[in-house]
Amino acid sequence: MSWLSKTLSSTIGRKLIMAITGLFLVSFLFVHLIGNVALFYDDGGASFNKYSHFMSTAGIIRVLELVLVLGFGAHIWTSIQLTRLNKMARPEGYAYELKPAKEVSWFSRNMGLSGSIVLIFLVTHLQNFYYRYHYEEIPYVVYAPAQLYPQAKNAPKEVVTSIDSVAGHTVLHVTQKQAETIAPQLNTEALKDMQQLVQEVFTKEWWFAILYVVAMFLLGFHLNHGFQSAFRTLGLAHKKYTPFLTNLGGLISILVPAGFASMPIYFLIKAFM
Amino acid sequence: MNLNLHIWRQKNKDTKGKMVSYQVNDINEEMSFLEMLDVLNEDLLRKGDDPVAFDHDCREGICGACSMVINGRPHGPTRTTTCQLHMRFFNSGDNVYIEPWRAGSFPVLKDLTVDRSAFDRIIQAGGFVSVNTGSAPDANEIPIGKEIADEAFNSATCIGCGACVAACKNASASLFVSAKISQLAMLPQGAAERKRRAESMIAQMDAEGFGACTNTGACAAECPKSIDLANIAQMNREFIGAKLTSELV
Ligand code: HEM
Ligand code: SF4
Ligand code: FES
Repeated sequence: MSWLSKTLSSTIGRKLIMAITGLFLVSFLFVHLIGNVALFYDDGGASFNKYSHFMSTAGIIRVLELVLVLGFGAHIWTSIQLTRLNKMARPEGYAYELKPAKEVSWFSRNMGLSGSIVLIFLVTHLQNFYYRYHYEEIPYVVYAPAQLYPQAKNAPKEVVTSIDSVAGHTVLHVTQKQAETIAPQLNTEALKDMQQLVQEVFTKEWWFAILYVVAMFLLGFHLNHGFQSAFRTLGLAHKKYTPFLTNLGGLISILVPAGFASMPIYFLIKAFM
Repeated sequence: MNLNLHIWRQKNKDTKGKMVSYQVNDINEEMSFLEMLDVLNEDLLRKGDDPVAFDHDCREGICGACSMVINGRPHGPTRTTTCQLHMRFFNSGDNVYIEPWRAGSFPVLKDLTVDRSAFDRIIQAGGFVSVNTGSAPDANEIPIGKEIADEAFNSATCIGCGACVAACKNASASLFVSAKISQLAMLPQGAAERKRRAESMIAQMDAEGFGACTNTGACAAECPKSIDLANIAQMNREFIGAKLTSELV
């Protein structure tokens, strides 16, 4: 074995993989959250759909997507190996269960549980959005200038499914087929209507909305311990800054999941008000 | 006070053990926990039964021998060694569950006694500094700043009891190993063998089959010598530095 594979297959080496991939995933969460804020703009989905289009077509993003998949893969794979190794280290358990001291957080003892629920969530999340966006037939949308609305609003159903006017745009809801004819006529590009898809999933398949909110709690638990733990794993712990990192992790573990959870909640409230 | 004891009884390494219940009466609250077990053992001997085997030596909290998990906590409810735990922390009628340290790397030899020689082998792998034999060097020959001396001393207070392993959900020996690595990494005497020490002690720790560290802090919370969790981060730092720069492959 080379020094590198020896290093990375030791207990500390495996933890280094967890910490580096874990912090990378945290950075991904931030980017993902900031991008998704576009869902809240009341512009007929223009910002969010353009953002989604960019994210699914730009070359650099496809490369980052690959890095992300590898990051998740390494994090999950290593977590399985560590869990097995840690179980093997105590083949015969206590007859009377260990009672952890009160300083020991429940979150820290259940990283495997919170991680596994996040993983289940991740699979449904990818099916709901990634898979449907890329591989299923979903509605399209064409954004035309606002002044086109009076002229376009009477367009026949065969050409345009429905038309809206929102701040700054005339929004033409179309099928993929319709998009092929109408978009070139208007000299613009048809976009997949991701905003619509998100809204439909969260309101028509509302159980997903509930799963999302629950999963975000578990993600919060994971980050509550994980964030500061990753720095310790990387060798960074000192009374000068560890309390700050712990508090920062606490804050992130509330704000990031709350930000994501606010999206299904927003669509549910909007639908039922 | 009277207590209902439930104690792990196991004949030897190769047999299966089980919890067995005993009653002890008229226990004085000023007794230490080990003295309470002495009372039980005298009772058992009188009846012609096999006394409960447990490790003990100094009975003053400095040797680390007195290993047992009491009601789910290594060394019992207080942050001391078992020999320094007094019966005033218990009430008459309490059920008290007593078990050995549980870790694959600490096989049970008999009842509450476990084999902790895995720790010795880790220390032998590098937990020392090499010095010439002959006349002892002068004290204070190498000046060391007070802050560093204090920090190194804190790490040096580890008594090798193994409570950290017993308390960890992963049976990880990280706190024990990191205390020695950190202590010697901070001192000029440890500098020459610093990288080799980190690499070989951690390799031995893994070879013994201890688990990895999840940073739960259960070890530091139970350590009778209050070894700080920051030692583990320092060990990780030493490991990373050694792996990236040492000449050993
Ligand atoms: C966005 C998703 C995720 C993020 C941001 C994340 C982040 C983290 C971070 C920062 C750590 C701390 C690393 C350390 O202690 O050095 C960690 C640990 C861990 N993660 Fe994740 N994680 C995610 C998803 C998952 C998933 C899907 C699983 C499992 C199926 C998982 C399982 C674990 C486990 C078991 C640990 C603890 C490892 C140990 O210390 O023994 N994580 N995670
Ligand atoms: S670190 Fe603490 S608990 Fe672990 S062996 Fe040393 S003294 Fe015992
Ligand atoms: S018997 Fe020595 S520390 Fe308890």
